[in-house]
Amino acid sequence: MPPEAIDSFREEVRAFIDANCPVSLRNPRDGETKPAATQADYDRWRDIMIERGFTTPEWPKEYGGGGLSKPEARVLQQELAAAGTYAPGVSFFGLAMLGPVLLEFGNEEQKAEHLPKISNGQVQWCQGYSEPGAGSDLASLQTRAVRDGDHYIINGSKIWTTNAHHSDWIFCLVRTDPDAAKHDGISFILFDLKSPGVTVSPIQLISGQSDFCQVFFEDVRAEAKNLVGPLNGGWTIAKRLLQHERAMLSGGMPGVGAGPAAKKKSKSKKKVIEQPRSALAEQARPYVGEQDGRLADAALRDRIAQHEMDSLCFGLSLRRSAESAKSGQGPSAATSMFKLYMSEMNKRRAEITMSAMGAAGLGWSGEAFSATERANTRGWLRSKGNSIEGGTSEVQLNIIAKRVLSLPD
Amino acid sequence: MALVLTEEQELLKETAADFCRKTVPVTHLRELRDSKDESGFSRKIWKEMAELGWAGILFPESYGGAELGFAELGVVLEECGRTLAPYPFVSTVLLGGRAVLLGGSDAQKEAILPGVCEGETLLALAFQEAGRFRPFEIETKAESTASGHQISGDKVFVLDGHVADHLIIAARTSGSSGDRDGITLFLVDAGADGLTIERTDMVDNRNAATVKLDGVSVDASAVLGTVDHGADILEPLFDAAAIALSAELVGIVNEVFERTIEYLKTREQFGVVIGTFQALKHRAAEMFCEVELSQAVVLDALRAIDEQRPDLSRLASAAKARLSDTASLVTCEGLQMHGGIGMTDEEEIGLFMKRAKAAELTFGDSSYHRDRFARLTGF
Ligand SMILES: Cc1cc2nc3c(=O)[nH]c(=O)nc-3n(C[C@H](O)[C@H](O)[C@H](O)COP(=O)(O)OP(=O)(O)OC[C@H]3O[C@@H](n4cnc5c(N)ncnc54)[C@H](O)[C@@H]3O)c2cc1C
Repeated sequence: MPPEAIDSFREEVRAFIDANCPVSLRNPRDGETKPAATQADYDRWRDIMIERGFTTPEWPKEYGGGGLSKPEARVLQQELAAAGTYAPGVSFFGLAMLGPVLLEFGNEEQKAEHLPKISNGQVQWCQGYSEPGAGSDLASLQTRAVRDGDHYIINGSKIWTTNAHHSDWIFCLVRTDPDAAKHDGISFILFDLKSPGVTVSPIQLISGQSDFCQVFFEDVRAEAKNLVGPLNGGWTIAKRLLQHERAMLSGGMPGVGAGPAAKKKSKSKKKVIEQPRSALAEQARPYVGEQDGRLADAALRDRIAQHEMDSLCFGLSLRRSAESAKSGQGPSAATSMFKLYMSEMNKRRAEITMSAMGAAGLGWSGEAFSATERANTRGWLRSKGNSIEGGTSEVQLNIIAKRVLSLPD
Repeated sequence: MALVLTEEQELLKETAADFCRKTVPVTHLRELRDSKDESGFSRKIWKEMAELGWAGILFPESYGGAELGFAELGVVLEECGRTLAPYPFVSTVLLGGRAVLLGGSDAQKEAILPGVCEGETLLALAFQEAGRFRPFEIETKAESTASGHQISGDKVFVLDGHVADHLIIAARTSGSSGDRDGITLFLVDAGADGLTIERTDMVDNRNAATVKLDGVSVDASAVLGTVDHGADILEPLFDAAAIALSAELVGIVNEVFERTIEYLKTREQFGVVIGTFQALKHRAAEMFCEVELSQAVVLDALRAIDEQRPDLSRLASAAKARLSDTASLVTCEGLQMHGGIGMTDEEEIGLFMKRAKAAELTFGDSSYHRDRFARLTGF
């Protein structure tokens, strides 16, 4: 893409943000004040972004996408960030996981039916992969689907299904040929969770929240036209989707990035050199105290520095990997590396905040602890799931050893 | 600047890889060691490297340099790391030559840089006075005299000190040890009266010397930069040297990692190759992550020097800390996974481990740089 085209697209995006983004949701310009955001502001921004296809910028326009090339999508992301605003997350599993595999494996009818409703947030999806007896060994799954006319009849149970209780549809791995080798009898099917025979029961987590559920299927009728890809060819799709999931899990957690370094060259002459800051250190400061202008606890300082450096290296590695990826190339087995590192890093980060806060980090409920402190406790507990969800860290190590390093079985 | 190589840099990488494999493979270092070579490297080969434009890679064309940048120097150093080529990039190019470039008068540049670019002149920077890297703990004194200064003190770990034609001496003209201010750099002829240079024998078989200064007299024209403000030159030198060593370590890390994975696929025990054991697979995969996360930070740090970015020092510390740690991990794990043969002098893994350790402990190890990174980040 020629640089002039990129420049003119950048101008276009800036003008779009200027004209449409409520000031409560972006950085105020000179002379503006920033009011508190109202629900109407959020809704307006969401609707405008949806209309423009910017909630799924790289999807084709006919499916509700923005039709942007990779470099254009990067420009959009940069400009949203520069303006201090965001792309509304209209859907989670649909956007990052199901959408990309439907684009790759879905037939025309499936794409036309499902993609626009992901893009505009109308349908929320959840992921029916794990079962009580099939976790890391996902391919041993037992949920059965038997053909009956234009339908499949589904029996079995899925577990750890994130957000099932707030979702409309499920993408589900089912066994369609019990006699084939375990990877060869699996299909990938979509169905409505409001179908008769579906029961969703939330499960409480150590963090006190109920993010996920067990889902039971008793003679659930799913339309056969919603079987994606070939019958018994679901495993390939399943693995591809996991790569997208891992890519999402590597980029979507807080506190990652190349840090505050390298301010983009602004047009104005004066160069503002900001002292880079560590959010983690600033969070620790009130609890740990200072000595000679530094965090008082040298050992903790060392752990924070290690974490910040890892995070910096991680952000730069993600950037390098994006820059060296050929256009149109999706995530690869190396995505496991980012997924693994991100989850372990996020867990270390949470452990550091606990050390920094001392007993103040133990708050569970009530007024004796601030809302931030209570959220921190729960965040620490939630972080433990990072190295389990989307395939455990051990499973990522197996994938790297096999697919990246080609170590023999 | 993007964190991928340009076409020109890819070409340079190929040339460098080819040259290093053919002309200075690991066996070259071993020969130099076993023959107790006096210089520690071949002058003839250094001239060949200069002809390829590497000795002058950072210097302006007007002095005979190639006027490229650190991004390019990094490419060369990485390849040198892969074969443990013991050539005087740090001493002569990164420290000595660049000190002259950053602080030297026109006359000093004219006198020194063309020889550096040709691969003729060798330089060394004498600043360190104790084992650990503490940049401004300098006690060596330079007293004012009628015609200039008289310098006395002891320096250690002067890289390539015994082969250098000129030394750059960091001495105190005011203040006391540990102060940033009050350090002055002097450009001194290696043959100067009162100067004793002794080569030390080190684990990585490279050159470092102890330098004793016993009332070495220099005239006013020997001052490099301005009196008392030597740190303004030293700081960017140390940052760049830390980044350059990190680039060399990237080469070492990649080489050792690849060799180790290869070994896991060939060595058999219990009737199978050892790479089938999950205990080793997981450690190999963990190493892979650390190795991967060690590439981009060095590329970015090299570019930060070229772009004169304000976050340069922070990146230098991030790069040096990470590469010191990754090199230590990969060489130790690499050796362990080779079993007994890894302990032998004949197997090359040990040579990589020795060089990695020397590079790790030069210009600040990972704990030094973590602490510095924290300071630069306001905690
Ligand atoms: C927060 C959270 C959200 C989740 N959301 C969803 C979701 O939306 N949809 C969904 O389908 N699933 C979801 N999961 C389930 C998740 O994918 C599984 O928990 C995970 O794959 C592990 O399976 P398991 O729990 O059965 O553990 P197991 O497979 O029983 O593993 C137990 C232990 O054995 C180790 N282990 C297993 N096999 C090997 C091996 N070959 N080599 C070495 N070690 C091994 C594991 O690493 C682990 O430490 C979620 C999980 C969490 C924690």
